[in-house]
Amino acid sequence: MYVAVKGGEAAIANAHRLLAETRRGDTNVPELSVAQIREQMALLVDRVMTEGSLHDPDLAALALKQARGDLIEAVFLVRAYRTTLPRFGASEPVETGAMSLRRRISATYKDLPGGQVLGPTFDYTHRLIDFALAAEGEAPVAAEAEPLADAAHAPRVTDLLGRDGLIEPSAPDDGSAPGDLTREPLDFPADRALRLQALARGDEGFVLALGYSTQRGYGRTHPFVGEIRVGTVAVEFVPEELGFAVPLGEIDLTECQMVNQFHGSAEVPPQFTRGYGLAFGQSERKAMAMALVDRALRAEELGEPVGAPAQDQEFVLAHCDALQATGFVEHLKLPHYVDFQAELELVRRLRAEHAARHGRHETEMKEAAE
Amino acid sequence: MPDHTPPSGETPDLAARRAVMALCGEARAEELRDALAALGAADDPEDLRPPETGLVMTRGRIGGDGRPFNLGEATVTRAAVRLPGGETGFAYHLGRDRAKARLAATLDALWQVRARRGAVEAALAPVASRRAAERAAEARRIAATRVNFFTMARGED
Repeated sequence: MYVAVKGGEAAIANAHRLLAETRRGDTNVPELSVAQIREQMALLVDRVMTEGSLHDPDLAALALKQARGDLIEAVFLVRAYRTTLPRFGASEPVETGAMSLRRRISATYKDLPGGQVLGPTFDYTHRLIDFALAAEGEAPVAAEAEPLADAAHAPRVTDLLGRDGLIEPSAPDDGSAPGDLTREPLDFPADRALRLQALARGDEGFVLALGYSTQRGYGRTHPFVGEIRVGTVAVEFVPEELGFAVPLGEIDLTECQMVNQFHGSAEVPPQFTRGYGLAFGQSERKAMAMALVDRALRAEELGEPVGAPAQDQEFVLAHCDALQATGFVEHLKLPHYVDFQAELELVRRLRAEHAARHGRHETEMKEAAE
Repeated sequence: MPDHTPPSGETPDLAARRAVMALCGEARAEELRDALAALGAADDPEDLRPPETGLVMTRGRIGGDGRPFNLGEATVTRAAVRLPGGETGFAYHLGRDRAKARLAATLDALWQVRARRGAVEAALAPVASRRAAERAAEARRIAATRVNFFTMARGED
């Protein structure tokens, strides 16, 4: 129960002024610009966009500055901002097969058309702190090489497997609009499109832990990374007044195609199945974890035993949103004075009753001991 | 398989207009200002719709090629203008740059004046060459990270 109380206005206003001063930190240290955050904290910006469910690198960088680097607070700011804007509509589905690749790796095929391209990755680094970064220096220069002729054509690994019927085909587009959990509240059971939307904006840590749990045996899916690709795709939108697809620009995406074992059923021969992950920016861990959980959530559809947390869509989808989770956890710090007063009264009454019931017994015990 | 290529009925005119729109989207605001200055476009367009920022829900496909799903929104800014001659121009761009959207809508309108079409495309040529150079340089840096597998030793041989 909440009761309006007064008296905190001045303290609140001053706390916000103190926050602003604290946010700035030591004024002898140069202030961070939003562009610096966007360029040099790019993966954090990508995460704010992904979990904020709003693509806008400058806005995400500004939110991070305002939030003093608190990821979930930045997500909160971005989500709040989006509620102030009108929705023009939905884009044409992006074509990740035509992605302009900055990174593309497969753990299932060594040689594949278009090749394996590492791009800017932490993989194979030694994870030794680089103290040289603490000093200002010359901007590093990347190596260059002549692109090979086949670099422009890199079909998805799942397309290659699909040609031989070794992997399940994707459900064909029937032209119906996918559900949107920002418009209608999530209802269970949720279809795969809604589940993917929820996972895409879900907290990376939570989705990662659930994906990990499937690897440790809580709903095993026998995954292989068929492919991870990072790069830019064109986004197109058909405005009503124009009636043709207008190019909006390009966005960076990370896609993960998880290829999983499936023993088949009475109707379906043994074949590989898919788990799918897609995220804004370069968000490889998120896309991989999402693909693991997507596949785990298909257990029922594929006739597999269900019981692990990652297979329980109500558990996963109702708890994966960091903003919802933080809202409910953090509301506990708001005044609950009346609630607590009622609890206090109750405990006092129970104690009195307890004493009345056991009081005589205790007196007898005392007398016997003396 | 869903068809992702531009509609087969797309006329060369529409393809060219879409290409100009895409170029305007990739341009910086000052590049569009330079392009308009080069065109000597003094005829001040009227706002059909003042520049406005909103959201477009970006969609992906399940498995990359299946049914669509909602990935997340993107900020988009749009503008629509009308030239004194009646031609209307539109712009829809990712991001929140209202001034740039209006400049792009003006260029879209000018492009629809048949006599000025070539000049509009020429004025945007510097943007095209800047982007082509950036893309080529990026492709060279990426190509240097391509893996060339070779077999070091084979157990059974």
